[in-house]
Amino acid sequence: MPKLTHHKLPNGLTVLLREAHSAPVISWWLAYRVGSRNEPTGLTGISHWVEHMMFKGTERFPAGALDREIDRAGGQWNAFTSMDATKYFETLPANKIDIALDAEADRMTGALFDADETESERTVIISERQGAENQPTFWLQEEVRGAAFRVHGYHHEIIGDEADLRSMTRSDLYAHYRRHYQPANAAAIAVGAFDTAEMLAKIEEHYGAIESSEAPDLFSRAEPEQAGERRVMVERPGKTAFYEMCHRIPAADHEDWFKLRLLDAILSGSSGASDNKTSRLYQALVKTEIAAGVGAWLTPTVDPYLYSIIVTLREGRQPEEAEAALLDEIARLQSDGVSEAELNKARKQTRAAFAYSTESVTEQAYGLAQSFILGDVTWFDRYAERLMAVTADDVLEVADRYLVPRSRVVGILHPTDPEQEAAGA
Amino acid sequence: MTNLQASIPNSGNITRAELDNSITLLVYENPAVQSVNVMGSLQAGSIYEKRGRSGLASLVAGALMTGTTSRDFDAIHGALEDVGADLGFRGHVHKVGFAGKALAEDLSLLLDAAGDALRNPIFPAEHVERLRGERLTWLQYSSFDTRYRAAKAMREALYPDTHPYHYGTYGDEASIAKITVDDLKDFHAGHFGPRGMILVIVGAVAATDAVELAMDAFGDWVNSEQPAVLQAHEPENAPDGLRPTVVVPGKTQSDINMGIIGPARKAEDYLSAQLANSVLGEFGMMGRIGKSVREEKGLAYYAYSRLGGGHGPDPWTISAGVNPDNVELAIASIMEEIERLTTETVTDEDLADNQSYFTGRMPLRLESNEGIASHIHSMESFELGLDYLANYEGMIYGITKDDLLRAAQNYLCPEGMVVAVAGPDQAAS
Repeated sequence: MPKLTHHKLPNGLTVLLREAHSAPVISWWLAYRVGSRNEPTGLTGISHWVEHMMFKGTERFPAGALDREIDRAGGQWNAFTSMDATKYFETLPANKIDIALDAEADRMTGALFDADETESERTVIISERQGAENQPTFWLQEEVRGAAFRVHGYHHEIIGDEADLRSMTRSDLYAHYRRHYQPANAAAIAVGAFDTAEMLAKIEEHYGAIESSEAPDLFSRAEPEQAGERRVMVERPGKTAFYEMCHRIPAADHEDWFKLRLLDAILSGSSGASDNKTSRLYQALVKTEIAAGVGAWLTPTVDPYLYSIIVTLREGRQPEEAEAALLDEIARLQSDGVSEAELNKARKQTRAAFAYSTESVTEQAYGLAQSFILGDVTWFDRYAERLMAVTADDVLEVADRYLVPRSRVVGILHPTDPEQEAAGA
Repeated sequence: MTNLQASIPNSGNITRAELDNSITLLVYENPAVQSVNVMGSLQAGSIYEKRGRSGLASLVAGALMTGTTSRDFDAIHGALEDVGADLGFRGHVHKVGFAGKALAEDLSLLLDAAGDALRNPIFPAEHVERLRGERLTWLQYSSFDTRYRAAKAMREALYPDTHPYHYGTYGDEASIAKITVDDLKDFHAGHFGPRGMILVIVGAVAATDAVELAMDAFGDWVNSEQPAVLQAHEPENAPDGLRPTVVVPGKTQSDINMGIIGPARKAEDYLSAQLANSVLGEFGMMGRIGKSVREEKGLAYYAYSRLGGGHGPDPWTISAGVNPDNVELAIASIMEEIERLTTETVTDEDLADNQSYFTGRMPLRLESNEGIASHIHSMESFELGLDYLANYEGMIYGITKDDLLRAAQNYLCPEGMVVAVAGPDQAAS
């Protein structure tokens, strides 16, 4: 892995640079420390809506101008709002990267938030939410998160509640933008075919003069301790049932997170390298024909979140059967631990997955942006090394500590008869 | 600094070999990475299915890795997963495709697994039943997915039930329920073989080593039962503006899927049509359709067009997800853009923008092993020649505004578009 250089401009902007000359492309990212976790009731979805407005023009680059400019250059650009961050990127042929540096510097302070554009985007975002609602699993996710987080901002979907999407004003959006989009609350990341000194000089030229106040205090409320299992039931028209089991886990900067990552690799095989049909959960749920599929999600987050396992049930099978099989697997893990062979397999998968992910400069830059958001710019680079250090005893320890009923949240999606739903509509 | 022109895959740096059994092997060395990708295809897609057996080819592809004459399910997957490798097979209309990746040190294992799965599957009954159940679950779930239902309704209206494109490659609940293990075995025995097979290897491996490993895995494969290659022809009676509607209860959004028969990949005006499509629904924020439907009217989160461009008369489609109250307005807006594209030449600016977009995006597309393998496979599969990418810029800049207009007029007839809508019952809502 080529060397990472870490800089900080006088205005507080963090800069992370990594040269990679395998292809003549550069990926350029701006990551802001604000996401849906920082949204109070009434403003849910505001980070995501602001992200949309960043594509609606500045005085220098009116709406659509950069879409055209970047496509003409053969590049791609996009943005993502997550629970913890809002990230923007452009990946371009190396000789065209100045467009990206210029564009992101310009819209860090110059986004217009035109009133008509804001109203037009309101309906686009409501359409995005309605499109998501067409998937029954969106309803399940929303209810499970709402049950898991009563106080903390992780309780609502990133896209926000429809009531807030209808009531938020242009002033709300602009205030959110001005407060959070400033150098001291952001990192600029470049990975690709460039010379570090030259790139740093360009960054100073584009971003050095942007004024910044102190990094803003981010709205955040700690979730109180959970004192017992929580359950939610959702009913939607369809034929397919889903079962979700979540357990509370620590934030990504906690040493237990990596132990849990290995635990997940052994349980679900979700290393990113393959779909792992020899994993414990596949064997227990899919091979036994209880489920058509099973997946697990361990998201690295700023605050404590959830380790989630979602089962897609086969027709005629009941959620209780999935639950029993999952609980058996957890109990087996807690009583028997894991073998060295399983650990070695997980380690090799990790090495392979890391090799695949570093083929693309976009993925490498994403990893660095995520590291900044998690508060440790070496998080991505040390990922494989930290996983390699996890022992069998570590996996057993976190299985005992976290996979317990007291911190469990269960969600069940029951399909209902579409004909009856239609008759009742 | 890396030079694209020197590294672009071409006849000078791709090793191409035709094995004695007719397999075409293509290898591209990419020493900048630690991994290796394998990609390939065989002429064994759903076009070879008998009537009433829709979904068979895809089920065969999906079951290839459930057991072979020398390995059971766990042994096949264990060998790959132990080293973080991945391999999968997928049925398409004309071909079965496969793709895999591994660390470079494990290429031998990956090719061995691919060879064994393709040549020696035994289709164990219990695994076939499990896979059938998984497919049924997927089909049942999809039957409540408005995007899936709109696309299916469009496809079924555009192609008659005698045409292979009428059917989804997964088949339907009724057809896959009837498929037997013997059907799988017979289809495999009668269609899977080396003739027409393409194998592409890209990554941190010397070409000579890759050729040797491929020979070990596939060099002695023969199958005299393989049928002649089937072509899909344009349906004789094109539909005239059909508007199928599918009610999916409990949904908050409607999906629109509009389609008409577009050019095959080898059609002379394919690149012109591709540029026209980009103007219509791709360039920038989803082209003119995105500008009208999303940016100006705020009707949809997504509204775009796509050109199929495969081995036969694939559809040229436009898709949008909108509030049920806005369906007619969205369709009318899209129709206006189609009308405009088929009656007016695009501007000089439009043409220049899209030419620059098409040629400029090449470095990004060739950044990864997978991207390189995909392009090399396409060059071979569609007989474009191994210098296609090297000549690409010249071809794109040789296209004129009139070429775009002619291509649009050749395919996009507004009155002939099938317009399928899937969503909640508007009367009830």
